[in-house]
Amino acid sequence: MSTVAAAHDDHDHHHAPTGLKRWLFSTNHKDIGTLYLWFSFAMFLAGGFMAMIIRAELIEPGMQFVDPEFFNQMTTVHGLTMVFGAVMPGFVGLANWMIPLMIGAPDMALPRMNNWSFWILPFAFAILLSSVLLSAFGHGNPSAPNFGWTFYAPLSTKYGPASTDLFILSVHMMGISSIMGAINVIVTVFNLRAPGMTLMKMPLFVWTWLITAFLLIAVMPVLAGAVTMMLTDRHFGTSFFDAAGGGDPVLFQHVFWFFGHPEVYIMILPAFGIVSAIIPTFARKQLFGYASMVYATASIALLSFVVWAHHMFTVGMPLAGTLFFMYMTMLISVPTGVKVFNWVATMWRGSMTFELPMKWAITFVILFTCGGLSGLMLAITPVDFQYHDTYFVVAHFHYVLVSGAVFTMFAAAYYWLPKWSGVMPSKLLGELHFWNSLISVNLLFFPMHFVGLAGMPRRYADYALQFADYNFWISIGGFWFGLSQLFFLAVCLQCALKKGEKAEAKPWDGAEGLEWEVPSPAPFHTFDTPPVVK
Amino acid sequence: MQSTLFHRMAVGLTSLMISGLATASDWAERSDHNLRPGVTAVAQEVHGLHNTVLWIVSIIGLLVFGLILISVIRHRRSKHPTPATFHENIFLEVLWTIIPFIILIAMAVPATRVLIELDDTADSELTVKVTGYRWRWGYEYLTYQDDNDVGVSFISSLATPPEQYQNPVLSGGLFPYGTAKDRVGAPSQDKDHNYMLEVDNPLVIPSGQKVRFLVTSDDVIHSFWIPDFGGKKDAIPGFVNETWALVPEGQEGTYYGQCAELCGKNHAFMPIEVKVVSQSEFQEWLAQRKEEAAAAPDLTPFENLEAAMAAGEKVYASQCALCHGQNGEGGIGLPFAGDDFAIKPEHREEHIHVVLEGRNAMPAFKGQLTPKDIAAVITYERNAWGNDSGDLIQPEDVHEEE
Repeated sequence: MSTVAAAHDDHDHHHAPTGLKRWLFSTNHKDIGTLYLWFSFAMFLAGGFMAMIIRAELIEPGMQFVDPEFFNQMTTVHGLTMVFGAVMPGFVGLANWMIPLMIGAPDMALPRMNNWSFWILPFAFAILLSSVLLSAFGHGNPSAPNFGWTFYAPLSTKYGPASTDLFILSVHMMGISSIMGAINVIVTVFNLRAPGMTLMKMPLFVWTWLITAFLLIAVMPVLAGAVTMMLTDRHFGTSFFDAAGGGDPVLFQHVFWFFGHPEVYIMILPAFGIVSAIIPTFARKQLFGYASMVYATASIALLSFVVWAHHMFTVGMPLAGTLFFMYMTMLISVPTGVKVFNWVATMWRGSMTFELPMKWAITFVILFTCGGLSGLMLAITPVDFQYHDTYFVVAHFHYVLVSGAVFTMFAAAYYWLPKWSGVMPSKLLGELHFWNSLISVNLLFFPMHFVGLAGMPRRYADYALQFADYNFWISIGGFWFGLSQLFFLAVCLQCALKKGEKAEAKPWDGAEGLEWEVPSPAPFHTFDTPPVVK
Repeated sequence: MQSTLFHRMAVGLTSLMISGLATASDWAERSDHNLRPGVTAVAQEVHGLHNTVLWIVSIIGLLVFGLILISVIRHRRSKHPTPATFHENIFLEVLWTIIPFIILIAMAVPATRVLIELDDTADSELTVKVTGYRWRWGYEYLTYQDDNDVGVSFISSLATPPEQYQNPVLSGGLFPYGTAKDRVGAPSQDKDHNYMLEVDNPLVIPSGQKVRFLVTSDDVIHSFWIPDFGGKKDAIPGFVNETWALVPEGQEGTYYGQCAELCGKNHAFMPIEVKVVSQSEFQEWLAQRKEEAAAAPDLTPFENLEAAMAAGEKVYASQCALCHGQNGEGGIGLPFAGDDFAIKPEHREEHIHVVLEGRNAMPAFKGQLTPKDIAAVITYERNAWGNDSGDLIQPEDVHEEE
């Protein structure tokens, strides 16, 4: 067995693929991980550009730059691009790179499927974004999807633009990609762990991703069902979401949020795993409450299936239903709180240093907690009747998604870039990126709480005068935050071009885990012979 | 329905408010950073609940952030070189599971109470059906006290003139904005105090009486939201939702709201304005509206094309321009300028029919506009922007079609 493995090993090393073929036909988890990460960053910049257009229009009352129709297209495609193009593929990229390294596996279990699940994505987004290009530059400006990323029927069915069908196709493709990625993670974790790597020894990032993968498999088909029903409503005479034919527009919202709420956790659970890796490293102290972290993650995942209707308290549900969803939603704050307390306890009486990954991780804990606390406020249904669909909600989910999920991806990048590229990320660029992002993200999202409470509805292209002052500062924060990400682009290029200080195999003295036992940069093939975990 | 009369009323009201006479109703001055205290009892309870919850989460947040701050200051390597080795503590872990649970119960109890109160729409004295249209609100008074057939209805549209919100700065190119003429050199007007909140025909309700709103929609989902009344309710096509408000006596004034569910292009352009008046004033107003509704429609013909065009231009700007474009260039709705539909004689009857009965996304205007207004606007559409069909539609033509 070992001789066969060694011979095979040699063979591969002599024929390391190069050029375009290396990326197009790659079955290597590291290369595919890199592809995912670059794709995610490209989508982050594209979605960010759309956000800049939104903020430019909202910088003062009145319609100045785009018409309300194009504004709606921007809010819609910004949301879709960030959720399905930036955050989800970003975490899949991290999973690809890190899970095999963390559990001592030579690669993902299903490498060809891995290739396919990545290469679907550029086509899916080419389809979606082509509708935006047509809308901006095409003859007659045919509308891109303009019904919000939540695409509520009948706005997206009977009243949807022709490009809705492009959107449906691209969502199907993204869903297939996600499901394949999830299957790959589950199969890899269950089958390719190194000897001695029991489930309860796995790094928390692997645990959170394993649970995320089950969530993905459970809910992506539901999303596929929702868009398929849309498609048949639009073209084949069904009336799932049309009361005139015996259907119900609210059914759409139930189906969508049955996907949509677990989706929220799909976008944050891997972030929990990353922070649980970084904080112990730089506090030089073992993670507090490993087992309770695993159980808390699992309970959050399970609860995520019984809270979906808190997104739709205003649709007029029966009192009993409303109460059920309110109580369940409030309950989620218990396991989430456990996680935050565990991170704080990990830092407590540690021996902390504040390298870039740690800065991002601590920022995550604080700002994610802000988002979590406003989430608890939103759970209180009678008050949610006021908060619902205002900028308060926009503030809440950007705190958990941007300063939550996206910031942990930055943390992960600064933490593992030495391993990926073999060079240390530039401290100067990294500090500039961090401090600019930290200040601007709060200038951008914190005042949204105020305008939301004061009564500014979300997805508004124009607004009443008392919202004007805060909106000006929000826009300034937006442009600042957007520009700050160019520092990160510079960091990525610096590492990709291997400029800078060489990284050791274990550049962080407090780090633990199998990924630090391979050289930096990690060789093309690692753990051909599984390590033994004690 | 004499929408012109009401337009005048609204304009008068608006100018009153700009001059600062209607201080009780000054929506814009009230709050720009926190939840509005509300005017109904239940809205004030919601506001109280909001404050309680805000305090609780702020204290929790400050505790957590304080611990992090202490840790960051005192447990840094330069101050605390040797890390502790503890990594679990059953007592602590149980404690910080139980305590949040107790806090949650403390929040759930008042929340449940307020929710049950909000849900109780029984014993109302006035019932108003609220219908969301793209992009205006329709109000139909169904019952008032013993009167089970009030039969008063009207449409309420944004009154802020386009000159105030159309301030394009791009001179053409990248993003579509109206016609090329719109893009260049459109004057940027100062904005009125109630910019994007004022409407032509406000909803009128009495103070001191419970009002039940039956909320529904004619097209996509909208959401009927008046923050001072304590919350929003979605307007869903094909379904009827209920909500209610009881504005106490002494709190008469104008209250504003906005559509709170994305409903398409002009989602931001369909505000809600509610005029709360005393019961006697309301009864007077209602009687007047009933009289107008019962009267035979004004079918006096237009003297000439110019008269009809002048009347039609006003109706077009307030009722049609949102979808069909300020200059008939189209948008969500069909273009009129240079289009056969609005020029060729064979489409004349069809044109009247579509305005009355609606078609696809186009709402039916029968009963919402007078035959005279409909005749005027169709005449306008068939003659403006170089269409020059010469068709003069008379109120009688529209009335026959009805």
